[in-house]
Amino acid sequence: MSDLIHKSAAELAEMLAAGTTTSVEITQAHLDRIAAVDGDVHAFLHVNAEVSLAAAKASDERRAAGAPLSDLDGVPIAIKDVLVTTDMPSTSGSKILEGWMSPYDATVVTKVREAGLVPLGKTNMDEFAMGSSTEHSAYGPTRNPWDLDRIPGGSGGGSAAAVAAYEAPLALGSDTGGSIRQPAHITGTVGVKPTYGGVSRYGAIALASSFDQIGPVTRTVLDSALLHDVIKGHDRHDSTSLTDEWPSFADAVKNANVKGLKIGVIEQLDGEGFQPGVLARFHESLELLKASGAEIVNVSLPSLEHAVAAYYLILPAEASSNLAKFDSVRFGLRVQPEGGGTVEQVMSATREAGFGAEVKRRIILGTYALSAGYYDAYYGSAQKVRTLVQCDFADAFSKVDVLASPTAPTTAWKLGEQLDDPVAMWRGDIATIPANMAGIPGISIPAGLADEDGLPVGIQFLAPAREDARLYNVGAALEALLEKKWGHTLLSQAPELKGGAL
Amino acid sequence: MSDISAEQVRHLANLARIDLSDAEIATMTTELGQIMEAVASVQAVATPDVPATSHPIPLKNVYRADVVADVIPTDKALASAPEHDGSRFKVSAILGEEQ
Amino acid sequence: MAKAKLMDYDKALELFEPVLGFEVHVELSTKTKMFSAAPNNFGSEPNTNITPTCLGLPGSLPVVNEEAVRYSISLGLALGCEIAESSSFARKNYFYPDLAKNYQISQFDEPIAINGNVEVELPNGRIVQVDIERAHMEEDAGKLTHVGGSTGRIQGAEYSLVDYNRAGVPLVEIVTRMIEGAEHDAPELAKAYVATIRDIVIALGISDAKMERGNLRCDANVSLRPRGSDKLGTRTETKNVNSLRSVERAVRYEIQRQAQILADGGTIIQETRHWHEDTGATSAGRPKSDADDYRYFPEPDLLPVVPDPALIEELRAALPEKPADRRRRLKADWGFTDLEFQDVVNSGLLSEITETVAAGATPQAARKWWTGEIARLANAAEGDEGIDISPAQVAELQQLVDEGTLTDRLARQVLEAVAAGEGSPREIVEAQGLAVVSDDGALIAAIDEALSAQPDVLEKIKDGKVQAAGAVIGAVMKAMQGKADAARVRELVLERAAAL
Repeated sequence: MSDLIHKSAAELAEMLAAGTTTSVEITQAHLDRIAAVDGDVHAFLHVNAEVSLAAAKASDERRAAGAPLSDLDGVPIAIKDVLVTTDMPSTSGSKILEGWMSPYDATVVTKVREAGLVPLGKTNMDEFAMGSSTEHSAYGPTRNPWDLDRIPGGSGGGSAAAVAAYEAPLALGSDTGGSIRQPAHITGTVGVKPTYGGVSRYGAIALASSFDQIGPVTRTVLDSALLHDVIKGHDRHDSTSLTDEWPSFADAVKNANVKGLKIGVIEQLDGEGFQPGVLARFHESLELLKASGAEIVNVSLPSLEHAVAAYYLILPAEASSNLAKFDSVRFGLRVQPEGGGTVEQVMSATREAGFGAEVKRRIILGTYALSAGYYDAYYGSAQKVRTLVQCDFADAFSKVDVLASPTAPTTAWKLGEQLDDPVAMWRGDIATIPANMAGIPGISIPAGLADEDGLPVGIQFLAPAREDARLYNVGAALEALLEKKWGHTLLSQAPELKGGAL
Repeated sequence: MSDISAEQVRHLANLARIDLSDAEIATMTTELGQIMEAVASVQAVATPDVPATSHPIPLKNVYRADVVADVIPTDKALASAPEHDGSRFKVSAILGEEQ
Repeated sequence: MAKAKLMDYDKALELFEPVLGFEVHVELSTKTKMFSAAPNNFGSEPNTNITPTCLGLPGSLPVVNEEAVRYSISLGLALGCEIAESSSFARKNYFYPDLAKNYQISQFDEPIAINGNVEVELPNGRIVQVDIERAHMEEDAGKLTHVGGSTGRIQGAEYSLVDYNRAGVPLVEIVTRMIEGAEHDAPELAKAYVATIRDIVIALGISDAKMERGNLRCDANVSLRPRGSDKLGTRTETKNVNSLRSVERAVRYEIQRQAQILADGGTIIQETRHWHEDTGATSAGRPKSDADDYRYFPEPDLLPVVPDPALIEELRAALPEKPADRRRRLKADWGFTDLEFQDVVNSGLLSEITETVAAGATPQAARKWWTGEIARLANAAEGDEGIDISPAQVAELQQLVDEGTLTDRLARQVLEAVAAGEGSPREIVEAQGLAVVSDDGALIAAIDEALSAQPDVLEKIKDGKVQAAGAVIGAVMKAMQGKADAARVRELVLERAAAL
């Protein structure tokens, strides 16, 4: 196996620039790695070697002509299946979209193509991004490269596992309530949820429109910044996309310095309900930052108590409406009831057969929350909680520069362990959901391994809206401090995947 | 509050156009009851003086110029259709009436 | 469609007071759709004016058309509405194959315009104030074609075909408050109200306003209140009313139908009813039920519309004259009698006459041509292409008459040629040599010949029996192939007879 797969995107970019390798070599190395280990990991739903190699070849030609499209031109990338692509099927992990070919590319896909990145394939996910384990994919679960019997997190378990298993240096994810950050925590990788509107949602198959945000999934903070620099910016197709001029996030990484940085520890996310190993790594990280000149204070966000409840009303409500378009008329699955039927019956039969249990559960829940007589009590109340969460954050950020918490309460659990208890599963999102409620950016970076199970643990930082650069600053600083302390990257501690284990 | 009946779930499934089986309705009735109990706490803090927020980042007047763009050709639009007649999408007979 | 038992209209009005309400949908004539950049064109090949957003493709998003917002504000102002400081979009959720996303983006609790008033003038001259509750922006649905079955209707069809060209076309829905006191004029008010909205949107230039194309659609709510009661009756909502005449007929029909049911001791069901142009009857649609739970919620993909007050004032300043004000002004300017003016209004000829007068004709002459000969030609041409005569051509024609080049009879002949597309009146006069013979020499020669051919008539004229000249005049006109001014011929006949 070529060592190319162990390089970061930044390193690959340097090698390409120096002419010591080619995009075709890099792409082939990753395709070989996928062929070797993805039978076990199942990070990918679709890989098209021919298309990828053709893109790699075109990249090499550009570089040979002295006209690369960007520093990352020629670097491979994996794309979460929630993003629509014209040259690969887009299913959002659902049977109802099996084989569907989009006539248009998502804006972020266009942007990575325009930067010369080489799409390797589409990554697995919980169906329509509903879940925290990728077990709710209609195409079978993704497995955690650290322990194939465990979940890789979700919904973007595929993107995180692909990066963690060295099947791709970069991946795109989507984060509605933690679907980028929680898998990063679970797999010992880096994930960033940008400020809402910082990255276009056009072409991202919507789960909950007011929470969804696309972001980078990588092994290093610098790689996330580089990818974020490619995908950020205004898109005329997305009304909620911000017109802000963004600073270079890569520069924020390169100039990382936490001296004088005020870090607020969210009291509500530091204690009860969190695994001891998770808390231990969290506090170690804080100590390192403090030793480097950061100021650590405690901050209370009392409304977080209700954030998860509000989230699980707003999300299903928006999802029930967003998923109404899957009706067998214009695209996707069509199921004809026994003996034919009216279009209404065809729609109902299609949606019954095409949606998985979790999707149906949330659609019904959302329909209930919006229905006449219940709207004020449920959806309306949840939107008010959202205001309270925003106020709490505004209050907190008037005192500190960034907030910190463990990314999730526990390390990776065993496949099948939590499938039967939806409410318990949702509680796992308590640390990640508040950022989506408030539209603020968040990052998860590896903080070490939990003592009790040896599995990866992440630490999350949150910043005020539009201040994504602060996350790259603190994330890069901590990453450097931890790796200096450990003498290696966290991922280097993962067991070697041999392929054919399953 | 969260006493949800099977009949109610059946009605919701009808609104959502999902032909749930009886077994699914039974399971979902129980689950929905539990879930609604778990989320009912939002009502306690959602007092009348708190305004609702529907957009995480407040923006306004986001418009597009009245200029044609993004048109997709008919054949591409129909390519993924379960059924079509060459120019239009084809569906089974409609029971209900136009809204 | 069997007609229901109907009560005599006058009797229905004796027993009940009709209460009306209207929802009029106006399709805006922007270049692109409400939330997508697809062309907003009528009559294109199916599924050619579509983007991912029109089809509700996964991942697609709406973006508001700024021009549609401007049009909506102008319309709101023309309806005398307040423009909301902040208005927002909401999703109206229901499944239907013509609705690509299975939700319609509309406005719910925060419409762009509220609390307006429109003055509606009835054919009998009565003026009714109709209060507007709200006007809101939304998107149109696609178009369904039902195939199989006997009638092309939804019932009995084997399958349906969907064209999304219309999906997402900008609409403004104008909702009236309850209209009481229309009394006997209820059907006429219905028609006049819709005609007024039509006139307003045409004057604003924001809609093609062709009812037959669905640019303007009216849902009419009708309920009856028993005389002496203050309790409102159950209302029905009649849809599919696609012409001004149908609006009037549908309201009259519902009043008569409901009156009969109530008089027979029955109850009115709150339901949607469909108007059938062919049978002149309404039929029951689906009853209102909990299936109408649209689960409205704020559209998360779109932001609030908060119009700049300066923009509102700019649009207000650019508003055209209100149709009612315009009518009052024109009637005074033109000096028409009530009857003449009503005739013009009812024929929808205000603009034509205005333009003809502007082109130089007198108001009376313009009125005479448009309500007379041109209306006759148009009637005769009905079913074909219609006729194409411009106000400038009418003014030119009248000028030819005024300067003596054409007689009325010749002018009618020229008009027909204009309608047939043979050119302008002057071109036709020249091409066909239709001008009046004003050369007295030629006329006198013809008169002398006619007089000598009819000596008995000459004698009668000489005897003072002037009416006998008619026969000679007729002969002369015939000899001149009609191209002579009959009055001048008469003068000359009498002159020559006296001289001979």
